[in-house]
Amino acid sequence: MRHIISLLMENEAGALSRVAGLFSARAYNIESLTVAPTEDATMSRMTIVTIGSEDVIEQITKQLNKLVDVIKVMDLTEGSHIERELMLVKVKAVGPGREEMKRTSDIFRGRIIDVTDATYTIELTGTGSKLDAFLEAIDPAFIIETVRTGASGIGRGERSLKV
Amino acid sequence: MEATGAEIVVRCLAEEGVEFVFGYPGGAVLNIYDEIFKQNKFKHVLVRHEQAAVHAADAYARSTGRVGVALVTSGPGVTNAVTGIATAYMDSIPIVVITGQVPTPAIGLDAFQEVDTVGITRPCVKHNFLVKDVKDLATTMKKAFIIAATGRPGPVVVDVPKDVTAHLTEFVYPATVEMRSYNPVVKGHSGQLKRAVQMLLEAERPMIYAGGGVVLGDASAQLVELARLLGFPVTNTLMGLGGYPATDRQNLGMLGMHGTYEANMAMQHCDVLLAIGARFDDRVIGNPAHFAREQRRIIHVDVDPSSISKRVRVDVPIVGDVQNVLTEMLSLLKLAKEKPDTAALNSWWTQIELWRSKNCLNYNRNSPIIKPQYVVEKLWEVTKGDAYITSDVGQHQMWAAQYYKFDKPRRWINSGGLGTMGVGLPYAMGVQLAHPDAQVACITGESSIQMCIQELSTCKQYRIPIKIVTLNNRYMGMVRQWQEFFYGSRYAESYMDSLPDFVKLAEAYGHVGMRIDKPEDVEAALKEAFSPALKERLVFMDFQTDQAENVFPMVGAGKGLSEMILAEEL
Ligand SMILES: Cc1cc2nc3c(=O)[nH]c(=O)nc-3n(C[C@H](O)[C@H](O)[C@H](O)COP(=O)(O)OP(=O)(O)OC[C@H]3O[C@@H](n4cnc5c(N)ncnc54)[C@H](O)[C@@H]3O)c2cc1C
Ligand SMILES: Cc1ncc(C[n+]2csc(CCOP(=O)(O)OP(=O)(O)O)c2C)c(N)n1
Ligand SMILES: [Mg+2]
Repeated sequence: MRHIISLLMENEAGALSRVAGLFSARAYNIESLTVAPTEDATMSRMTIVTIGSEDVIEQITKQLNKLVDVIKVMDLTEGSHIERELMLVKVKAVGPGREEMKRTSDIFRGRIIDVTDATYTIELTGTGSKLDAFLEAIDPAFIIETVRTGASGIGRGERSLKV
Repeated sequence: MEATGAEIVVRCLAEEGVEFVFGYPGGAVLNIYDEIFKQNKFKHVLVRHEQAAVHAADAYARSTGRVGVALVTSGPGVTNAVTGIATAYMDSIPIVVITGQVPTPAIGLDAFQEVDTVGITRPCVKHNFLVKDVKDLATTMKKAFIIAATGRPGPVVVDVPKDVTAHLTEFVYPATVEMRSYNPVVKGHSGQLKRAVQMLLEAERPMIYAGGGVVLGDASAQLVELARLLGFPVTNTLMGLGGYPATDRQNLGMLGMHGTYEANMAMQHCDVLLAIGARFDDRVIGNPAHFAREQRRIIHVDVDPSSISKRVRVDVPIVGDVQNVLTEMLSLLKLAKEKPDTAALNSWWTQIELWRSKNCLNYNRNSPIIKPQYVVEKLWEVTKGDAYITSDVGQHQMWAAQYYKFDKPRRWINSGGLGTMGVGLPYAMGVQLAHPDAQVACITGESSIQMCIQELSTCKQYRIPIKIVTLNNRYMGMVRQWQEFFYGSRYAESYMDSLPDFVKLAEAYGHVGMRIDKPEDVEAALKEAFSPALKERLVFMDFQTDQAENVFPMVGAGKGLSEMILAEEL
């Protein structure tokens, strides 16, 4: 099962490598990992997307909690939550394909943020699977470059990860 | 008053009441050594290899329950220390290792004797710090001691760049430091405790499986009280030996790969298992699938949530400190109206006694060649079961565990998790320094002892009168045993050729050496070694033991706990 784990950790040098090191040392999967400081600059918030059986996910959350720099851990997938990822895609936009590309982008609520005679750069946000769906919807031959941020997530309603 | 970083390091150690710092100097720590020279609060012990410094600090911690301290220089000092750190990490031992680092402006420039200490040690420490600002030094030292000693203990590395040891700041040693990200759970969940007690009282075939956590958490007294109150059988892991007295009837001995028949059978066939400070290691339960074949309900007490349901799913997890949890359990049990089911317990004990009557640790006592088991048995007699025993890794370690009956905790000092050959001698140093009047023996093999043999020199310098009991079978016996059983007796590189004359070697280092070839000389040699005449001397006993002897019982790797190979079956 795919899980989105959110955590707050001390914004210390090396904190990221403790998490990354934990995942490689214990052979856990990482689909994506994002990290940035929070409104309180002494803390970073990290979102990890991982895949594993329930037992493995339980160990992952326990092991993360055990890291001395980690303040709080929450498995977002255990409750209702919102997941968002940002993707920038540079595509070929020439001839009849140019109009088609714009239409597909619109359908996915993409925004064209850079244009040349031959290319569009499209910005898309959504869940990981929505971004996957967009890439599947366009002809791979048109894709020049893609860059994705990895997922961030937040609990719905009252659910929050706070110190 | 302002102090330099080096002074601060030394004063923090004094504030912590540190008695011994085991270390080895080098460029990056010269400022610290200069401050050590000027103080007399703690004693510095100069080892001959940094690995031994960490092992000695680790053994100091194991045998006293206090945090051990080691000090090494940057680069090779650190890499030499890594084996010691990893060894302590695997057995959850509280130590603080202070490492020198190149000056902060040089970090990352491939400076002389630079290694990424924080990076290299990260996977084998509980936590580590790189102190970049002298203002953070005292707080970091305090944090290091707190983190090492609390919750699930473990090694903490404090990496101090050389310029930081020269920088000045006001020295204030905080009494404590709050860490919002670090708050180990101490008290067990009351609901779970009630469920656990209920389950224990309903048990028909109960079993208590007690591990290193009981020793680390100083909960032997509570464990004994609980087991006696309930009348349940107890088994100890290799790390838990001494946590429950070995000579007590209720103790079934060690379990696991080389555990007793009765302990392993009871473990496999119990209906309620109380696991305390033990982590269901692969050397303990064997194949988890085989273990799961029998239905049993499991209560698991551990201070580290990640130890629970890691290899085996449990029914009642209790996160908390062993001492605290056992004390709670005891008061609930005393209040409970129900009593353990005596009839069921009696028939369970009848079954257990039947298993015990196999006498699985029996061996040939009439052999004309020295049997290693016999040496350990005699050592137990000669020391009246009251010595501190360290060991190395191999067959001799298992015989020490099986035949020296530990009645007290913190008496058995060995590397279980990492299985590090070479620990025995530095372990004995750390123990003897911590307990100057105690009898300390190191049970070792001719291969293991050579891995830190240089420490004989340290023992001479500091007059450390340990007794080394070498079970010399001329083989890496544990390797040879596996090759005999599982590799068609093809003894690839497990013969220890060109051994030194250990008697002369001991003498060359200024110690007493003895070589013992015949069974009838074993007892006399041990008595002499422990006699008042040699009380102040290190004695190196080289027992020429049976080369072909194997450790039994044995659960083969990947096999189930009840699939034991017994001595008589071969
Ligand atoms: C050659 C060789 C053969 C071996 N054969 C065997 C064998 O036959 N049998 C055997 O048992 N082992 C054997 N071992 C050792 C084995 O590898 C493990 O090291 C050992 O079994 C682990 O012991 P443990 O489960 O008690 O855990 P430990 O490693 O001692 O861990 C202690 C546990 O207690 C917890 N804890 C710590 N402090 C507290 C506290 N205050 N409160 C609550 N919980 C706490 C920790 O979180 C941890 O989970 C062998 C090792 C070697 C090298
Ligand atoms: C540092 C290290 N290297 C290798 C091993 C693998 N190993 C385990 S036991 C053993 C043999 C130990 O031989 P010895 O010290 O003579 O003890 P014996 O088994 O003969 O009693 C070896 C090589 C180890 N545990 N540690
Ligand atoms: Mg040997």
